[in-house]
Amino acid sequence: MIQIIDLHKSFGSNKVLQGVSLDVKKGETLVIIGQSGSGKSVLIKHLIGLIKPDKGKIIVDGIDITQLREDELYKARRKFGMIFQSAALFDSMTVAQNVSFGLERYSKMSQKEIRKRVAESLAMVGLRGIENLLPHELSGGMKKRVGLARAISYGPEIILYDEPSTGIDPIRADAINELIIRMKKEINVTSIVITHDMVSSYKVADRIAMLYQGKIIETGTPEAIKKSNNQIVQQFIHGSAEGPIENW
Amino acid sequence: MRYQKVPLLFYDFFQGMGEVGLLFSRTIKNIFKKPLEKDIFLQQVEEIGVRSLPVVSMTAAFGGLVFGLQTYIGFHRYVGPGSEAYGGPIISLGLSKELIPLLVGLMVSGRVGSAIAAEIGTMKITEQIDALFSLGADPNKYLVVPRMVAAFLVLPCLTLYGDVIGMIGGFFYNVVVMGVNKVIYIKNTLLYFELWDITTGLIKAAIFGIVIAIIGCWQGLKAEGGAAGVGRATTRAVVIANIMILILNFFLSKALPASLGG
Repeated sequence: MIQIIDLHKSFGSNKVLQGVSLDVKKGETLVIIGQSGSGKSVLIKHLIGLIKPDKGKIIVDGIDITQLREDELYKARRKFGMIFQSAALFDSMTVAQNVSFGLERYSKMSQKEIRKRVAESLAMVGLRGIENLLPHELSGGMKKRVGLARAISYGPEIILYDEPSTGIDPIRADAINELIIRMKKEINVTSIVITHDMVSSYKVADRIAMLYQGKIIETGTPEAIKKSNNQIVQQFIHGSAEGPIENW
Repeated sequence: MRYQKVPLLFYDFFQGMGEVGLLFSRTIKNIFKKPLEKDIFLQQVEEIGVRSLPVVSMTAAFGGLVFGLQTYIGFHRYVGPGSEAYGGPIISLGLSKELIPLLVGLMVSGRVGSAIAAEIGTMKITEQIDALFSLGADPNKYLVVPRMVAAFLVLPCLTLYGDVIGMIGGFFYNVVVMGVNKVIYIKNTLLYFELWDITTGLIKAAIFGIVIAIIGCWQGLKAEGGAAGVGRATTRAVVIANIMILILNFFLSKALPASLGG
C-alpha cells in the first residue's frame, strides 16, 4: 500500500534521512522506532507531503505523492489521518468543531449527519458528552483521543500516529494502545506508529522498523526484533546507555 | 565578518520580499476557491473592525483636535487674526488624506497585526498548521484569505469612521474652543473639500489592510523556536508592517492624483 524508496532529506548540513526504504502492507500496523531526533517525525511528515524529500519516492496506492501538484496533494492527504505528538487540536474550536473539521469542508453530509458522525467518532475513542468543551479543558490523554476521533471521523485508509504515548501516564498510554488495536480491528485501517516506547511497540505492532542514522537498520515482527543480532537494536530496545549508540 | 553582513542583510531583504510576494499571490488565487470560510471571515471582521473602534475613536479624536489646534495657530500667526475659519478645508483634507489613514493603519497594525502573527505563530509551533494540512485543508485558504479580505474591507470603514471623528475634533477645537466663525468654517470646508480627498484615504487604508494582514500571516507562518520565536514574529510583524505603511503612504500620496477636479 505504501512504498518508501530511497528517501533522503537534509536540513542545512544535518542529513536526517539518508536513504530510507520501507514497505507498509494494507491493514498492517508498522511501528517505527528510533532515538529522539533520529528523524521519525520527519519521515512520517513526508508521507502526507508536509515535507518534500531531497531525493526518493513515496508510492501510495500506486501514486508517487512526491510528484503531486499542490491541489492533488490536498486530495491525496484525505486518505490519511494523523495524530500528532501534541494532539494539535485547534484551540479556538470546541471538541465537536475539531472533530467535524474535515467533514464540514469535504463531505456532502448534512449538519445532522455530521453531528451523528462526531458523536460516533468520539464514542469510538471512549469519549461522550464532551462536544462543547474547548481543548484547554481536556487532559493530555483526552486531547490525544480527540485527535484520534478527528482523524478517523472522515474515514481515512491510513492513520499515522506521531508518538501517541508520549506525555501521558502509563495507564492512559495503554488505553491509546488499545485504541490503535481497535482501529485496526474495527475499521481495518493501515497504521504507522512512530515511538520510542517499546512497551507500546510490542503491543500494537505487526512489524517494527528501527530508524538509525537516517536509515532503516532492521525490520521484523516484534519477536524477531527482540531476538535481533544487531547490537544497536538490542541497546535501543533494552534502553541501555552502554553500547554502540553513542550520540544520546 | 563586516563584509559578510551587508550581503546577508540584502539577501534577507530580498528573500523576505519574495516570500511576501508569493504569499500574496497565493492568497489572491485562493480568494474565490471553495469552500469559502465565511465564519472565520466574519470573526475577523469583528476582531479587526469592531474591536478596533475604541482605539480608532481615541486616535482620530485627538488627531483631529491637535491638527485643528496647529492649523488654528498657523492661520492666526501667518495669515492673521480672523483667518482661522479658512482652516476647515485644510483640516479635513489633511485628516482624510493623510493623518487618519496613517493613524488607523499604525494602530490596527499594532493591535491586529501582532495578534495575527501571535495566533498563527502559536498554531505553527503547536503543529496546528500541520494538522490543517493533514486534514486536507490549505492553511493559506483557511487562515490567510479571511484575514486579508477582512482587513482589506474593514480598514477603509474604520478610516471613514475615523475621518468623521477627526473632522468633528478639528471643528470642535476651532469653533467651540477657539470661537472661530462656524458658518465660514463649514462653508469653506464644503467649498474646497472634495469627495476624492476621502476616497484617497480609503484607497490607502485598503492597501494598508492588505499589508497588515499579509505581514502578520507571513511572520506567523515563519515562526519557529517556541514561545520566544512567536514573540519575535509578533514584534517583527508590527515593525515591518509599520515601516511599510509609512513608506507606502508617501508613494501612494505621490501616485494618487491630488484632485479629480483638474
